[in-house]
Amino acid sequence: MISRSEIWETNQMIEKENLDVRTITMGISLLDCMDSDLTVMCREIHDKIVRLAGKLVETGDEIGREYGIPVVNKRISVTPIGIIGSAACKTEDDFVTIAKVLDDVAKEVGVNFIGGFSAVVAKGMTKSDELLMRSIPKALSQTERVCSSVNVGSTKTGINMDAVRLMGEMICETAKLTKDADSIGCAKLVVFCNAPDDNPFMAGAFHGITEAEAVINVGVSGPGVVKKALESARGKDFEVLCETIKRTAFKITRVGQLVAKRASELLQVPFGIVDLSLAPTPAVGDSVAEILQEIGLEYPGAPGTTAALALLNDQVKKGGVMASSYVGGLSGAFIPVSEDQGMIDAVNAGCLTLEKLEAMTCVCSVGLDMIAIPGDTTPATISGIIADETAIGMINQKTTAVRLIPVVGKTVGEQAEFGGLLGYAPIMPVNRFSCEAFVARKGRIPAPIHSFKN
Amino acid sequence: MKKAIITVVGKDRVGIIARVCTYLSESGINILDISQTIVGGFFNMMMVVDVADAKTDFDGIANGLSEVGKSIDCVIRIQLEDIFDMMHRI
Repeated sequence: MISRSEIWETNQMIEKENLDVRTITMGISLLDCMDSDLTVMCREIHDKIVRLAGKLVETGDEIGREYGIPVVNKRISVTPIGIIGSAACKTEDDFVTIAKVLDDVAKEVGVNFIGGFSAVVAKGMTKSDELLMRSIPKALSQTERVCSSVNVGSTKTGINMDAVRLMGEMICETAKLTKDADSIGCAKLVVFCNAPDDNPFMAGAFHGITEAEAVINVGVSGPGVVKKALESARGKDFEVLCETIKRTAFKITRVGQLVAKRASELLQVPFGIVDLSLAPTPAVGDSVAEILQEIGLEYPGAPGTTAALALLNDQVKKGGVMASSYVGGLSGAFIPVSEDQGMIDAVNAGCLTLEKLEAMTCVCSVGLDMIAIPGDTTPATISGIIADETAIGMINQKTTAVRLIPVVGKTVGEQAEFGGLLGYAPIMPVNRFSCEAFVARKGRIPAPIHSFKN
Repeated sequence: MKKAIITVVGKDRVGIIARVCTYLSESGINILDISQTIVGGFFNMMMVVDVADAKTDFDGIANGLSEVGKSIDCVIRIQLEDIFDMMHRI
């Protein structure tokens, strides 16, 4: 029998510590919508998404009411459009047309984001992939809910430097086309290394080709719960600290598992994975930075930050894997700057720099996320940053990502405002020395030696 | 059987249990267990109930209880038991 204190603890987590189910994401394969006629294909895409996800939002809300826990976002991810559009799309504008269809269907079924305007080009680009990548600036500036991602490298294949170079240009172009809204288009664009096929979190979600027809992936979150639990471990040794994080991660993930199972049952779509990420929001008390502070740092960025984050990330995984048999996606601690008040404070205090963030990405779950940089940063510099981050992922066999926002017309000392879940961000300085000649080289960086495991 | 947990929190006054129980009885919800305490003048009750034969759907019960809560200055929640089981039991 459940005790009163256990009920109190659960409800305290939900009411006071921002425990929520961050997203129920339905992955939908669009492979069977492919057609050489663009109009026919767009109709097929629309019909299939509406048929499968028509009740997604309603179901998510129903589950939230049954268990008394907020299900914050309901989202859709689709097969990378670089593949789906390969027969029909002859121009960049053809891809923009698909993006608009995705945007319209997202609005029709009521989801706040739809991911999968993506290309997987870790080793090379098809003509279609390249067209899609070149269409990203227009697509993101003419749509509201479409998210785009490009996988430019992997441990198995190395780094496609031609794609890295192109993405540096496309990020700058996207920033220009959305300059009226502080270059917000770039907040919906992620460049990956080792991108997972089943990530439920935006902006990087897509439904990989290894996936089934349709699948339900759930992302839970609860940095506030971990922070609160750690208050009881102040001054205690590392064993107690780790134990506390693991226990909390277990409890959070169990909720995700429950919700995922229930959503799968109600929607009659198979359950895929639970992503046990600690994903912050701009809300007070919903911050990964505050956990790092509770562990003992004045601000994230101080010496010891990488070690503290490594510990946190690892304990979250250890606690979480026991709670669900199918853990996947990104699973770990997210360290976006704009979406985490504690990170913003650390930047404003002069404690957190881009270089330290890069070090932190070696041990966290993703990468350089939601970082506003000066609008006059060159495409080559952005490509250089992407290459660095991709190399970290490739060598360490982990997912890394870059979501940089060169805010047109703004520079260090100013602030970019994105609003809502995306928050706001102080513009961070970028190393001004050139990497033009390095980025200009054609071809790819070979796969590392430890990729040869056959 | 479909078990749910009802929690009632508010300032103590006459008739809280009576009002909640009347609503449950009228809605066809069976009470399996009640535990109640008062801490610092605050009434705190937890009930385990069976909603399998309830006359309305879960949303209806939740809204009904919430209304009852407003009339007696209490916050009343109902949640399916699974969330507590999942979180606190291996």
